[in-house]
Amino acid sequence: MPIPTVAPELVAKAKAELDAHLREIISWHFSPETGCPYWLDWAGKNFDPRKEVTKTEDLLKFGHFADESLRDLQPEVWVPAQFKGKPYNIFETGGTTGMPKQRIGWNDYKVDYSEFSEKISDAHFPRGGAWLMMGPTGPRRLRLAIEHLANVRGSSCYFIDLDPRFVKKLITNKQFDVAKQYMAHVVDQATLILKNRKVTGLFTTPKLLEAIAEKVNLWDAGIRGVFCGGTSMKPQEVRFIIEELLENRIGFYPTYGNTLMGLAASVPLQPEDNYSVTYYAPQPRAILRVVNPDQTDETVAYDTWGRAELTTLTKEFFMPRFLERDEVIRRAPRPPYAWDGVGDVRPFGAMTKTIVEGVY
Amino acid sequence: MSTVPHLPVLRLGRNYESLEKFEVKDHKTGEVKALVSNVNAGIVRRDLAKIGSARAALKKFTCSQLIEMSAKAGEFFLNGTLPLGDQGHTQSAQQYIETLSCTSGLPWNMVQRNMAKVHFALTNMKFVLNGLSRGLDLGILDKGTGEQFGTKLSYFPTCNALGLVMPSNSPAVNSLWIPAISLKTPVVIKPGKEEPWTPYRLIQAFIAAGVPAEAFGFYPTDHEGAGEILKSTGRSLIFGDKNTMAQYANNPAIQLHGPGWSKFLIGDDCIENWRDYIDVIAGAISDNGGRSCINASAVVVPKYAAEIAAALAQKLGPFAPTRSDDPNARLSGFANIKMADFIDAQIDDGLKVPGATDVTAQYRNGPRKAIFEGGTYMRPTIVLCDSFVHPLANKEFLCPYASVVTCPQSEMLHKIGYTLAASVITKDQAFIEAVTDFAEIDRLNIGPVSTMKISWDQPHEGNMFEFLWQRRSIERAW
Repeated sequence: MPIPTVAPELVAKAKAELDAHLREIISWHFSPETGCPYWLDWAGKNFDPRKEVTKTEDLLKFGHFADESLRDLQPEVWVPAQFKGKPYNIFETGGTTGMPKQRIGWNDYKVDYSEFSEKISDAHFPRGGAWLMMGPTGPRRLRLAIEHLANVRGSSCYFIDLDPRFVKKLITNKQFDVAKQYMAHVVDQATLILKNRKVTGLFTTPKLLEAIAEKVNLWDAGIRGVFCGGTSMKPQEVRFIIEELLENRIGFYPTYGNTLMGLAASVPLQPEDNYSVTYYAPQPRAILRVVNPDQTDETVAYDTWGRAELTTLTKEFFMPRFLERDEVIRRAPRPPYAWDGVGDVRPFGAMTKTIVEGVY
Repeated sequence: MSTVPHLPVLRLGRNYESLEKFEVKDHKTGEVKALVSNVNAGIVRRDLAKIGSARAALKKFTCSQLIEMSAKAGEFFLNGTLPLGDQGHTQSAQQYIETLSCTSGLPWNMVQRNMAKVHFALTNMKFVLNGLSRGLDLGILDKGTGEQFGTKLSYFPTCNALGLVMPSNSPAVNSLWIPAISLKTPVVIKPGKEEPWTPYRLIQAFIAAGVPAEAFGFYPTDHEGAGEILKSTGRSLIFGDKNTMAQYANNPAIQLHGPGWSKFLIGDDCIENWRDYIDVIAGAISDNGGRSCINASAVVVPKYAAEIAAALAQKLGPFAPTRSDDPNARLSGFANIKMADFIDAQIDDGLKVPGATDVTAQYRNGPRKAIFEGGTYMRPTIVLCDSFVHPLANKEFLCPYASVVTCPQSEMLHKIGYTLAASVITKDQAFIEAVTDFAEIDRLNIGPVSTMKISWDQPHEGNMFEFLWQRRSIERAW
């Protein structure tokens, strides 16, 4: 079966909806009665986007978002006027060395994960069946997001924590034995839960998934669906997970996401995909563009490698043109998504240098 | 059928085509000669968890039967046409020679010599194992217990399989693992990136001879996968440089095959006859293109160092690249050109330190690194060093290279350090006793014997029989 395509009129419709959403978000963040101090101040020093940014092409008028401001500035500068006085969640990203970057939020994660719930099958994640999350909790958005996702489906969730900052430090310092001990410590706890509690859904990272599959047969343990994210997965690794760890009978849902974007779901794999996973941003709340790394105002051609550029467009958070640390293949729209996708995500520069990904 | 063969992963008897493949290319033209499937460490881990079935497949045969199969495999390897990959390709012996030559840089005559070594080991397995086991009745391994030499004997296998992280530089190193099959031990091989040919052909030869395919793992994989092989097989061999060796130095389950720093030492009593030894020394430096760990890389003499260096340089300096099918080819090309650049730069940097002279330069009529018909070659280099302190005095490179160092006989053993193969030219009994007792020498030759001489029935960087089987005490009530 050939890879399905999306009719041009549906692509145009999605683009028109995105432009309308963009105008609404720009208006929200750059109007004194609704916007946040950071962007209002920015507009005073640069230009008024409400006049100049009316369609996604106009986003090029912004430079690349300086993510240091998420680290260097107090979180209050990101509070839109309409949210003033409402306590917020503080989610962190990075932080292996020094101060982490922080994104504040209220409901965005719930919106993202409620939407994602509609994309996973009840056969793989039975409503009411318990979940286990084995991965980064702590200051990560993921912990609340996964619990929300489980709750939306009438389920509860067990948690086993993993501190990715510690793992990255261990690997950078070549303390591989300690890293292995820590990983075993995490996996042992998860194994204990799987052996003593009825769990049907699992969220984890590919490496931890493999480690736990060495200890228990996931199908026999009751697992019917696995939701995976966190690191790059080459097609061969995806195939390995599906064929050997999940034995072609447990549902597999790879995702691409982070604290700044939300969650990009993948389309179900067909044989023609050859296990190459394509993700689609939760448009219109986020846009992923695949750019020429040397000329970032250019979008690369379809099926060509480039660098991922993220724009986040919600009322809680506006972030234009942030250059992700990932390189991806630009993929054409594919049902049910009438916009570009990104495939075979891998760390930017993976072909030319060693990247520490750790277990997350 | 594609014109380019595809070498699949062999998952203990099962072909597996990975979604990730790498190309093996002609070192001169860049033409792709094979696609090789490359797997993630997870695949290796999962298969090694089931390695017991591979051992069980071999256990059905007696050692004696496996020795016979090894001999048949030797004939298939040397002369047979064997399957090459999973797409219907086959490979004759001549095709093996030509393909290995064009991807590794080894000329045909050196590939043929390597083939002959592997063939000898395969077809003389009884003799090899007799030497390594000191005459043990191998039927005792079949039964687990027995009596011989007037005593009760019992042996148990030390591992589930023999893991191998292979190099690309010399096909004959594969002869190190082949006794494992007759010793009922499955092999799990990560081939060298530029040399998948020999282990693959050997496996096919064994299978053609009747050895169960389940006994063989062929896993082109990444660094993590190699680590898994080393960790999970129970016993393994790794080939690499000094840094690789340092990582595993204290692990008795891993046999290290690193730089050999093999040497000639000439005693005071024989030094006046140094001219008589030039041919054997020159051969030990340059045979097999200087690629082996048993190639001599230093000549240690009490006097006449300058004269000896000049004589060696006069003999080796004119060696120049030739066509790979030239029966007199002496040099091997570099599949990895960066390696040639690195070696050339290392020698040049060393020569900037006072106390060393490239004696070959005057006989070479050109630069050390030479390009010939699109291939990159390193021409021989003999460096005269004034002492062991000089950075070039105890170096080993993947080409014909040796230092000639002056050192009083009384100080030689204090200075030479680890030496895989030492040929000590002396008749002085006291010196012979001293070198015999010297623990840093692995293989010892007394007299003008090439460091390249191999006795298959004697240990090479460890005894494979003792590595794979261990004796235990046993008493039986019935």
